[in-house]
Amino acid sequence: MTAISGDRKRSSRLKEKTLDGYNFAYLDDQTKRMIRRATLKAVAIPGYQVPFGSREMPLPFGWGTGGIQVTASIIGIDDTLKVIDQGADDTTNAVNIRRFFAKTAGVETTENTSDASIIQTRHRIPEVKLKSDQIIVYQVPIPEPLRWIEPREQETRKMHALTEYGVMHVGLYENIAHFGKVTTSYDYPVQVNDHYVMSPSPIPKFDNPKMDKMPALQLFGAGREKRIYAVPPYTKVKSLDFDDHPFEIESWSECCALCGSSSSFLDEVITDDKGSRMFVCSDSNFCADRRAKGHKGPGLPRKFEIKDIE
Amino acid sequence: MTKVLLSAKNLSHHYGSQVGCIDVNFDIYRGEVLGVVGESGSGKTTLLKNISGLLQPSSGSVKFNTRVDGLKDIYLLSEPERRLLMRTDWGIVFQNARDGLRMNVSAGANVGERLMAIGARNYGDIRNEATDWLQNVEIGLERIDHYPETFSGGMLQRLQIARNLVTKPRLVFMDEPTSGLDVSVQARLLDLIRGLVSQLGIACVIVSHDLGVMRLLSNRLIVMHQGRVVEQGLTDQVLDDPQHPYTQLLVSSILPV
Repeated sequence: MTAISGDRKRSSRLKEKTLDGYNFAYLDDQTKRMIRRATLKAVAIPGYQVPFGSREMPLPFGWGTGGIQVTASIIGIDDTLKVIDQGADDTTNAVNIRRFFAKTAGVETTENTSDASIIQTRHRIPEVKLKSDQIIVYQVPIPEPLRWIEPREQETRKMHALTEYGVMHVGLYENIAHFGKVTTSYDYPVQVNDHYVMSPSPIPKFDNPKMDKMPALQLFGAGREKRIYAVPPYTKVKSLDFDDHPFEIESWSECCALCGSSSSFLDEVITDDKGSRMFVCSDSNFCADRRAKGHKGPGLPRKFEIKDIE
Repeated sequence: MTKVLLSAKNLSHHYGSQVGCIDVNFDIYRGEVLGVVGESGSGKTTLLKNISGLLQPSSGSVKFNTRVDGLKDIYLLSEPERRLLMRTDWGIVFQNARDGLRMNVSAGANVGERLMAIGARNYGDIRNEATDWLQNVEIGLERIDHYPETFSGGMLQRLQIARNLVTKPRLVFMDEPTSGLDVSVQARLLDLIRGLVSQLGIACVIVSHDLGVMRLLSNRLIVMHQGRVVEQGLTDQVLDDPQHPYTQLLVSSILPV
């Protein structure tokens, strides 16, 4: 009985909150089933790229169509959605995708990482550790990590199937030969569950260690390239490296100017045309949280004054 | 253990109704250089593709003496096994060096790639090995981080040879390695190949239409004409005393300098 009344409550809530004339979460149910099947297969084979029939979405390819389709297929009325772009909740891409789901699915949205049940992201993983009841959905532009060195799809599939990943190290070799160290700083290739080499989407390599043994389910959607792949909870994710040049993440000499954090990923922000700059957390929610708890950074750089010119 | 490294039996290949090669039989022994000569369209390249695992023949068998299991038909091996064989025990030198090289990565990475493909994960070791091999093929060390695009034709071909020999293969296939190069560069390259082959004891199958190249490099010679092997024997014997009318024609067509 309670279940039925719960359903009634939900359907009335749906009618009242979602956009008229559209299916729940925009996509039609056949498409959602197709994407769910692809997603299940992806979860069953960690790191394997499952082809799917990507649909045209009401925003251009490259703006997160893959991520939106995955989110639309897994979201339910009880979910709470958080969308981030470059770590921030208030950038154009994040605001619009969040509003899109608020309109078409009537779900709760949040900026608070720990309150969200689904987090759709572009370019970052939140600083707060994700939990096992959360799902993170990545927007992926180019899912094939072997593409730059092997243009033939037939050949790359064979290489994946046979775990022939020697060429992945050719890229790292080139970095070291030309610059003395591995300079690849985002979309840094990882090997999942000791088999498939996977492109982690353009997150900074700072976030790579967070993928390893993460309690949350990680789903990746590439709309233009029509691929879905996944990393199930608590799965081994290893960043590729050389024995004598082990994997390293970025580090900064400064701390966040606003919250004083020295353990988060920092963005460099130019504050005037005199070369003043400051470093701030790229994860806006993490930074705001710390400030609310009373943490304080060194603050904004000195204000520019007329006498500086003279 | 038998001394036969590769054995082709009753090998035929047809492209639809077109004939590639018909009923070819031969053995290659360890450390020997086998030359395949014949005019354009006589089936030399088809034969090379057939025996190097690039193209499955219509009928007949190709057996390779693997390190562990002895003579095995390469087309009955599983695909991962065959690809491993191609990466480790075999080398393939293409006529056009651009087919065998990665043009968008540096010379050092080109040489190191085969090492990384068989599991080398130490940058320093890979770098040293690449350095050694560039020296072996007479490419200046200052060029190690340069892209193959910037290399001359002769250097490209030498780089391709280094890339193939770095895993110390036991058998190398070469398809017209010297054509398209001018004669002085050709001579240096031939000298280099001859030196490396005898020094490392690598067996080699060289396809060429240049009898001069064959005289210099190969121990034994196979003469092909219209898809068939018309004559085979020791190089000097075939070139000095040709028996088949086609071989006689071929030998008499060499332009005297």
